[in-house]
Amino acid sequence: MIFEIRIQTEAFDIELEYQKLMSNDKRIGAIVAFVGQVRDTPLELEHYPGMAERQISATLNEARRRWPLLGAVIVHRYGRLDLGAPIVLVLTAGAHRAEAFSANEFLMDMLKIRAPFWKRAPGGWVDAKISDEQYADRWNIN
Amino acid sequence: MNAPTVVRILYFAWVREMIGTAEEEASLDAPMTLEALAEMLRGRSAGHAGALADLSRLRVAVNQDFTRWSHLIVPGDEVAIFPPVTGG
Repeated sequence: MIFEIRIQTEAFDIELEYQKLMSNDKRIGAIVAFVGQVRDTPLELEHYPGMAERQISATLNEARRRWPLLGAVIVHRYGRLDLGAPIVLVLTAGAHRAEAFSANEFLMDMLKIRAPFWKRAPGGWVDAKISDEQYADRWNIN
Repeated sequence: MNAPTVVRILYFAWVREMIGTAEEEASLDAPMTLEALAEMLRGRSAGHAGALADLSRLRVAVNQDFTRWSHLIVPGDEVAIFPPVTGG
C-alpha cells in the first residue's frame, strides 16, 4: 500500500501518481482523484514547512482509522501559481468507491482548516472562509 | 548541552509582513501562557502591536500542532503565529 505526502513547488503529474497507486495493489477497485486549482487570479502560496507535512500526515492517519484505504497520495504545491494551475492533488484508493469518495472528501475538508498554507492574490491575502470550518465540522472531529 | 532558555517564534502571511520578520526569539525564565507571550511581543514594535492586537483573528501552534492561547509554553518550544489557513 502506498501512502505518500509531498509538499513541492513543481507541478504534479496526475497520470503518473494514479499509475503508481493503481499498479501497486490488486485489491484496489476504486480510485478517487481530487484536484484543486487556481481560479480568478494568479496566486502565491506560502506554507509552514514541517507543520504542513505533520498536519497532513495526522489527517491521513485519521482517514485510515475511519476507512479501509488501500492507498493515498496527497501533493500540495506552494510558490507562484498561475491561473488554472493545479494546487493540490488528493488520490484515495480502496476496494470500493464508498471509502475512496468519503476519505477523499474528509482529507480535503480537513486539509482546508489544518494544513498551514496561505494564499496571496494580487489584491492581498485571501481570507479564510467560514464555510470551510462548517465542512470540516461535518466529520465530528473534536 | 545547556537547557534552552528561549522560545523560537515564527510568523506567516500578513502577520509576518506586519511584524517585518519571519522569525525571532523570546527569553523565557519560566513557563508562560501564549496570551502572556503575545502581550510581551506587542511591546516590541508598532508592527507587533498591530499584528497581535486581536488574537481571535489569529491561530497559534506550538511545536507544529494547533493549540489555544491559554497553552503554557516552555523554553525550547517552537511557537508559530499566523492567520487562519487558506490552502487547498
